[in-house]
Amino acid sequence: MTGSISLVGYGLSAIGPAIAVGLIFAAYINGVARQPEARGMLQPIAILGFALAEALAIFGLVLFFIKS
Amino acid sequence: MSVTALSILAYLPAEGESHFPPKPEDFWLPMFQVGGVWVTRPMVICAIITAALAIWLVVMSKRAAVVPSRGQHYTELIYDFARNSIARDMIGSKHFRPYLPLIFALFVFILFNNLAGIIPFLQLPTMSRIGFPIGLVLIVYVVYHFVGIKHMGVGGYFKHMVPPGLPGWVVPVVFLLELMTYFITRPLTLALRLFGNMFAGHMVLVVFIVGGWTLFTSDSIGLKFVALPAWLMAFVMTLFEGLVQFLQAFVFTLLTASYIAGALEDSH
Repeated sequence: MTGSISLVGYGLSAIGPAIAVGLIFAAYINGVARQPEARGMLQPIAILGFALAEALAIFGLVLFFIKS
Repeated sequence: MSVTALSILAYLPAEGESHFPPKPEDFWLPMFQVGGVWVTRPMVICAIITAALAIWLVVMSKRAAVVPSRGQHYTELIYDFARNSIARDMIGSKHFRPYLPLIFALFVFILFNNLAGIIPFLQLPTMSRIGFPIGLVLIVYVVYHFVGIKHMGVGGYFKHMVPPGLPGWVVPVVFLLELMTYFITRPLTLALRLFGNMFAGHMVLVVFIVGGWTLFTSDSIGLKFVALPAWLMAFVMTLFEGLVQFLQAFVFTLLTASYIAGALEDSH
């Protein structure tokens, strides 16, 4: 079997952002469940936090190109 | 040669060589040459989408009536989303109007270029080539710096990067960090996020569709049956990709709006 170990590294590096995104949406769902009228206010904040956390995983994807 | 034939060819392995497993090189899809410059499939798809969008929006705004037709209703739905949920909520109801054309144009352009990834016969998100997101981000980059400098002046713009009330010795560190955020991290993440999502999404679809085909054309009868779950998975992932493609168009525009809002912020 041949391949690049950097792909495994990418898989590992995706764990952190995955947990972060989970936490962000858990908090968002919690917030909306407690106070449904706050949905409009919470949504952009949640999406923004999600985008920032996801950026880390996207940085990891760059490794995929660096190795080749 | 028609785009239809090419899009089908792109998914089926050519004679003698298999596209499985997919590689980044598979995204280089030249179609024909004009004066020594290759015209690739993403460029053609981008042109088709842009032309369709332009025709659709011009026709819809010409026919705009007080009692909307069904087409106008859907157009207004998308416009309202970009106007109210993105521009007004992020920039604030006082300043958002001058930036509305940019926000709306970015949103529909990215949305439909992304959706090209699951539209039959196009089936390639334009943004899976890094050049397209970089072009868009260059526009956004220039706009939010220009807005900030116009609003606060050069000195004021750099001054507003550091929040007030920090102890003196922290200020240089925070300033350096903020400088990096404004000039390097923001454009880099903005471009890479869109590119990465579209690239990875297309890769996943290719794995399941072409992988299913590779299994189906293999010699073993057992492997032929495994192709069915692979294609079922391709179907599910296509739906999921639709969601991601919408979300990424939304996130890109939302972040653009928030950067502009940050540049417009009144001095503390």
